Amino acid sequence: MVSELQQRMQESFREHVNEEYIMDCMRCGFCLPACPTYLATNQDETHSPRGRIALMKAMRDGDVVWDGSVEDAFDMCLGCRACEPACPAGVQYGALIEETRVAIREVKPINMMERVIRKTAFDGLFADQNKMATTVKLVQFYQKSGLQAVTRKIGFLNLFPPFMKEMEAVLPNIEKKQKRESTLKPKTTKVAFFTGCLMDTLFQETNRKTVELLEWLGAEVVIPQEQQCCGALHGHSGELEKGLRNARANIDAFESDDFDYIVNNAGGCGAFLSEYEKHLSSDDQYAQKSMNFSEKMIDISSLLIRLGMNARLKEMKSDEHSIVTYQDSCHLRNVNKVFLEPRSLLMDAPGFEYKELIDAGSCCGSAGIYNLLQPEMAKRILDTKMKGVRDLQPAKVVTSNPGCLMQMQVGIQREGLEKEMQAIHIVDFLFDAIQIKH
Amino acid sequence: MNEQTINSFIEVVGKENVKLSQAQLLAYSYDATANFQSKPDLVISPNSTEEVVEIVKICASSKIPIISRGSGTNLAAGTVPTQGGVVLLFNRMNDMLELDEENLTITVQPGMITQDLSTYVEQNGLFYPPDPSSMKISTIGGNVSENSGGLRGLKYGVTKDYVKALTVVMPNGSVLKTGGKLAKDVAGYDMNSFLVGSEGTLGIITEITLKLIPLPIFKKTGIAYFNSLEDAARTVSSIIANKIIPVTLEFMDHGTIGAVEDFMNIGLPRDAEAMLLMEQDGDAELVERDIQKMIEIAVVQGATSTSIAASPEEADVLKTGRRAALSALARKRPTTILEDATVPRSEIAKMVKAIQEIAIKYDVQISTFGHAGDGNLHPTCLTDVRDEEEMERVEQALAEIFETAILLGGTITGEHGVGEMKAPYLEWKLGESGIELMKQIKQSIDPLNIMNPGKIFAKEKKKRLVVHNGQ
Repeated sequence: MVSELQQRMQESFREHVNEEYIMDCMRCGFCLPACPTYLATNQDETHSPRGRIALMKAMRDGDVVWDGSVEDAFDMCLGCRACEPACPAGVQYGALIEETRVAIREVKPINMMERVIRKTAFDGLFADQNKMATTVKLVQFYQKSGLQAVTRKIGFLNLFPPFMKEMEAVLPNIEKKQKRESTLKPKTTKVAFFTGCLMDTLFQETNRKTVELLEWLGAEVVIPQEQQCCGALHGHSGELEKGLRNARANIDAFESDDFDYIVNNAGGCGAFLSEYEKHLSSDDQYAQKSMNFSEKMIDISSLLIRLGMNARLKEMKSDEHSIVTYQDSCHLRNVNKVFLEPRSLLMDAPGFEYKELIDAGSCCGSAGIYNLLQPEMAKRILDTKMKGVRDLQPAKVVTSNPGCLMQMQVGIQREGLEKEMQAIHIVDFLFDAIQIKH
Repeated sequence: MNEQTINSFIEVVGKENVKLSQAQLLAYSYDATANFQSKPDLVISPNSTEEVVEIVKICASSKIPIISRGSGTNLAAGTVPTQGGVVLLFNRMNDMLELDEENLTITVQPGMITQDLSTYVEQNGLFYPPDPSSMKISTIGGNVSENSGGLRGLKYGVTKDYVKALTVVMPNGSVLKTGGKLAKDVAGYDMNSFLVGSEGTLGIITEITLKLIPLPIFKKTGIAYFNSLEDAARTVSSIIANKIIPVTLEFMDHGTIGAVEDFMNIGLPRDAEAMLLMEQDGDAELVERDIQKMIEIAVVQGATSTSIAASPEEADVLKTGRRAALSALARKRPTTILEDATVPRSEIAKMVKAIQEIAIKYDVQISTFGHAGDGNLHPTCLTDVRDEEEMERVEQALAEIFETAILLGGTITGEHGVGEMKAPYLEWKLGESGIELMKQIKQSIDPLNIMNPGKIFAKEKKKRLVVHNGQ
């Protein structure tokens, strides 16, 4: 007797999960060594891309009964997409897991804790830049007023999962946001800056430095005011429609023809932004517009290189002799294929010797809000990552994404290494390296 | 499976090492073979030979099938639990036990990943040559059970040439130790070669001692492109006839070159009809001479362009591309069915030509790549399992490829194993008496037929095709 839930779930998988994409997988297993959860579970095929695709097919075909174990297998995926570059057959795993999450959300109400996080995060914070800004103002007040110190002491955060507590400990101190105006000096390269909601609030210092760096290299930087959260977190969590609502708003906000580039400094956003065209390819109104948008998209490292950053770095001198390393942003690496560029900048940074972190291309466990939803697995993955960091003893662990940045800083604190090293965004690192006068 | 039996397994390995959820059973229902899938009743990860003994005893008392599984990269459905039962994993038995630099051997547990073993011995200046294309994923236990080959087979042989000693849990629960770290040993039947390649049908390998050789100091890779498959095939025969035994002599046809280029973007010429990848290792002088000579031969045989990889990194990229060939071909159609027909290397040109004709005759899309130097080709049918009519033609084409290979003095499988997929064709190669002898061996060792049942031995055999010469 097939239960009603089973039947609805099967129908939902059939409706949302593309059969042709599933058939692209020939089950060779080349993805297995690239998958962080497969490795972290001591090779549990259930937590591998090949296993999850087989489960998607089985859900469609009615070969598996929907239960907690099946749901768990899909939930456990980081969505880091390290399996995609490893896949000779070109399976579009990112699309498949997103479709799977849509299929599940359509049928199954989500659990309480996830609902709380999701509700505050997606419907509130990330959907509306103003609300995000207001929240940040509150956080600012909370930090500035000394309440932060108090709550940390009395253990208010013990009410939350332990990982949220650790995250809170590494939140940057928020400085008052200065209203930025577009500069209108004659410049050769005109760049529109996608500020990103987390980057523009919790990490607004980094954004300010991004603008200054670009201007220092001779670019004109414009910040379109109507921009929204990129929608990636919605998209990765089965709320693609909400994500695409933001996508359309952003495409409109950046539609002006005279930008040479649309730059972003958060790997997670960048990947989703560059995939607007894929998601909106059958949208009559936005198909062409989204192509124009995605074509101009560029990450900050690549743009800095195009503007001649390497040569400028080489001119600098420094008395410092420290090790710098880099933790890839999964989506910057696996989706946008950008991994040489940040390394090339770090190699030219004065006073630093670049050393490659073991498995730098493998996810740190942050993965959007994964570390909040799957704290145990995220911790296991981070612990493995930190072993490599400990061996390398760098002074700076550079990242290209706010999630990775906070996760790596959590790792550093957990290992008790915060006196010896620091996780830092590549923009902040380069800004310090060239010691721009301001 | 009843709860009491499950509990008895849990008593042996602990609860956390028994997988039985819906998702887990589904995740161990397949390997890399198209069109074969069946769920096990239980998935167990033992931690020692002793635990394997206990598991085998329980299985024997309840006649439960046991399917040993490495990483599930098998291409002949050898690790699909088609009759249910227990899938045995070696993810907890993956340690290096001993590197013996005096006897040049390494002893490992079966779950060790082939690539990890290879890297480890090379760090110690030693060399384990067998390198199946899936070596980054496959386990050494899987390689021994399938007698895997690889890209270096031409000069260095295959897995069986390196197995010195095994520890095996037999179907009655006894522990057999074969061979030793010996250069010479004729005490009794050669149990090693008997168990290597037995595909999990005779016992469960729990410890493996492998022969190592000194790591060659130098290697170089040449590349040649051709306008026709025959030119490439003739180059292969001519290289061997000129008494050069390169490490690697790999072949890719037009379709494969395109698919690999789609994946790798390394600038392979999409208009080439065929490509040869030629590698030699050894001392520098010999390597230079052989590579130059092979390039010359390729030019004489009609190569349209040739080159020598500028760096080891460039050579590695080309070899990575070749290793990914099968999976890259999967880009083209929903289903890839790959064959493993192997002929004496003198017959390679005839075989390549026959495959082309068979593809036309049955109107199926076949791309071919493979280890041309040792006659081991991988003609791959690109198809769609959902199209029954096309699948019928694919099956006929594959049957004719087998038949042609056997007529040329070849075999139905060079390195992938028989599994369940090729079992119906095995008799074509071995004849009735060969099958009969194998059945007697199997029956006497595993009378309950619990060791990977349904593999190698077919439920029904295929009627042999009649192939006329020159059709």
